[in-house]
Amino acid sequence: MKARAFSYFRAATIDQALDAHARAGDDARFIAGGQSLVPALSLRLQAPRLLIDITHIAEMRGVRREGGFLRIGALTRHCEMLSEPLIAEFAPLLHAAAPFVAHPAIRNRGTFGGSVALADPASEFPAMTLALDAEIEIAGSSGTRRIKADDFFLDLFETALQPGELITAIHIPLFKADQRFAFDELARRRGDYALVGCGMLATCAGDHIDDIRISFFSVGNIPTRVKGAEAALIGSSLDAERIAAAQVALESDLAPPDSDEVPPAMRLHLARVLLGRLLGRLRDGA
Amino acid sequence: MSGFDESLLDEVDETVRVRFVVNGRKVACEVAPRETLVDCLRNALELTGTHAGCEMGACGACLVQIDGRAVHSCLMFAVQADGAEINTIEGLTESGVIADLQAEFHRRNALQCGFCTPGMLVNAQELLSQVAEPSREDIRDALSGNCCRCTGYEAIVDAIDAVAKARREAGGTP
Ligand SMILES: Cc1cc2nc3c(=O)[nH]c(=O)nc-3n(C[C@H](O)[C@H](O)[C@H](O)COP(=O)(O)OP(=O)(O)OC[C@H]3O[C@@H](n4cnc5c(N)ncnc54)[C@H](O)[C@@H]3O)c2cc1C
Ligand code: FES
Ligand code: FES
Repeated sequence: MKARAFSYFRAATIDQALDAHARAGDDARFIAGGQSLVPALSLRLQAPRLLIDITHIAEMRGVRREGGFLRIGALTRHCEMLSEPLIAEFAPLLHAAAPFVAHPAIRNRGTFGGSVALADPASEFPAMTLALDAEIEIAGSSGTRRIKADDFFLDLFETALQPGELITAIHIPLFKADQRFAFDELARRRGDYALVGCGMLATCAGDHIDDIRISFFSVGNIPTRVKGAEAALIGSSLDAERIAAAQVALESDLAPPDSDEVPPAMRLHLARVLLGRLLGRLRDGA
Repeated sequence: MSGFDESLLDEVDETVRVRFVVNGRKVACEVAPRETLVDCLRNALELTGTHAGCEMGACGACLVQIDGRAVHSCLMFAVQADGAEINTIEGLTESGVIADLQAEFHRRNALQCGFCTPGMLVNAQELLSQVAEPSREDIRDALSGNCCRCTGYEAIVDAIDAVAKARREAGGTP
């Protein structure tokens, strides 16, 4: 199938992109990697009159340290999550999640900002911004703001982004020496969307968990932090009893959707198995 | 001034002139913005080695190299590639960079109908340029986005594995 006819504008700056969108109104879409948008256009799920190519905006590129954060430009490609040394050092959870995002050629074009903006509940990176307590930098006609990932994902494919606003960067608190992370997902085939996926970041003193953030994907309408499980772990040692308590807490933390393919009870079971596995790895320091 | 042309919104069927370097040659063509790169390569430039299968990013038949990296030409509009350097299976064949892969695919019968083969070769070249010593698991992983309708995977993995080893012994030239 082919996309409906549209016009194309290549923006060189954030202001140009915002301006073009403001003039076209609801009839415009930004295109970054296009790895989700192009199929949507081909299927005619969307039929904008104007496509605004943001991939040549230099301000939205690059990865650098800024204060206590790693500032990752929205246009950073998934493959750069694997190759960029600053990400491996200061945001290792993203580095660990990247190989699970689609296939190599898709990772060569897909962008971090595009993935977060799309907010697919089955995607790895949106969920990881929650585990990492990231801040999303957004540019709009009324200026720039930063919003916590906790406040960004609202409903299925719905975020705090207003129409015509751009994600310009994502700020990740720098990974510290007393932190540990773990990531994994269960999928039918490598590269497919996960049946259940999870990432976590903990601050530890030896075996003692001072703080932990755990985020699941593919289990609901939005990427989901499991605060009951987190509470069951914070303030004590990571022993078998605590891990079991966290697994039990998932029952109230998660509400898997009803689907013929994967019944809610099965998805909850998979989430418990995955959580147990990852907490085990966290304990063993692997 | 933003440089945004108001008339863009009225003339949605207009064509745009784009220029790329395809297989080492400068080319220019007129495309409608809705035209995907795979259609432009096959129709306007008559480079039919790049195949269009699913046109959704799922089968990998349409892989080409853009600025040195493997990319799905069905998931990109030709206008987006304006100014890019593109290598299709024809160019990679002419330059000889995948001659060893092609010979090994041939030797091991790593194809039946051959529809998936151009994409498999582009992907194999990408893998071998990124990972010096891929395991069979790595090879399978890298091929996860390429569908062979004739299910010739075992021979394809064998062929890529053999070339990886041969290239390593020859001094690791990517
Ligand atoms: C076969 C296949 C398998 C895939 N598997 C996975 C997978 O396992 N996991 C996964 O996470 N993804 C997967 N994807 C999706 C892929 O990772 C996309 O790269 C990603 O979801 C979107 O990024 P993009 O840059 O391509 O965005 P685009 O497709 O360009 O845009 C997506 C949406 O976000 C908007 N947008 C883009 N950038 C911005 C910005 N900076 N500010 C505001 N809005 C913006 C666009 O307007 C559009 O609405 C898969 C895709 C395919 C085709
Ligand atoms: S035609 Fe591009 S992936 Fe199938
Ligand atoms: S050889 Fe027929 S599709 Fe692969």
